[in-house]
Amino acid sequence: MQVMVNGQERSVANGATVGSLIAELGVPGSGRGVAVAVDGAVVPRSQWPEAALRPGVRVEVLTAVQGG
Amino acid sequence: MDDALLIAGRRFSSRLILGTGGFTNHEILGRALASAETEMCTVALRRLDPGSRGSILDVLDRAGVAVLPNTAGCFTARDAVTTAHLAREAFSTDWIKLEVIGDDRTLLPDAVELLAAAETLVDQGFVVLPYTTDDPVLARRLEDVGCAAVMPLGSPIGSGMGICNPYNLSIILERAGVPVILDAGVGTASDASLALELGCDAVLCASAISRAQDPVAMARAINLAVQAGALAAAAGRIPRRRYAEGSTPQEGTPVFASEPAPAGNPAQASA
Repeated sequence: MQVMVNGQERSVANGATVGSLIAELGVPGSGRGVAVAVDGAVVPRSQWPEAALRPGVRVEVLTAVQGG
Repeated sequence: MDDALLIAGRRFSSRLILGTGGFTNHEILGRALASAETEMCTVALRRLDPGSRGSILDVLDRAGVAVLPNTAGCFTARDAVTTAHLAREAFSTDWIKLEVIGDDRTLLPDAVELLAAAETLVDQGFVVLPYTTDDPVLARRLEDVGCAAVMPLGSPIGSGMGICNPYNLSIILERAGVPVILDAGVGTASDASLALELGCDAVLCASAISRAQDPVAMARAINLAVQAGALAAAAGRIPRRRYAEGSTPQEGTPVFASEPAPAGNPAQASA
């Protein structure tokens, strides 16, 4: 199925979760410094493994960068 | 002023908070952290770039400094609140440097959205440190809704114009019951020192250090300036006066001539 990840379309397997997407993106296991919102709602890290992605959802995967 | 800075019950021995924006690379940031001797640094959240390697968090962890996430880039209370929640997930901290900007060109805070976001986040259990204008009324309103500190600007972000309205800042300082952290406008060491001399509890500084020709040296200069300013504030400066006030006693001044000294040049003047 197709989902939007950080503004770009991406194919993920049926049954994909936030957790599986994060792993595909190469985020280390702890996920420290990374946060995820799906359709504007924050997905707590504890829910990543179960949070199923549905076709067409907008996923924002954010990480720490330099900033004042 | 005690040696330690207390924000929301947390103790800091350094009164310099470093903004990490603008450093050319992580190596220079790491060295600047060491010479700034800071204990807390701001970071921002942006879209993950799977290609990039080496996290800023590794640099901050190595330096042993606390992370203060910001909501930079937010123009509405709603976006700032969402970003604060994302930051809480990412960094496991309730602390948030709240920025709600009203204008791209000035990067000045949007007072209405800022206050709304601050109130919401305080209610949700965040320790809110809002970047605000130097408006004493807004600063008081932010304190009233429960912010843990107020962070007025000296001048616009990255402008390096120092403290443009020390009178407004003084009014904020006279009234504030929470720490006051000068958050923007520092251009060089004397600006940071002045902030502390006026009574600010701390300075948050990014561009003045990160964009200096030698960021590591400037980090040390501003570190020392903040310490000097805090010492001077605690020591209590002399009042300003329009005329000289000699420090050498007049009593016992010798007289070498019998005729009176010319007007305007009295022999008894002492330096």
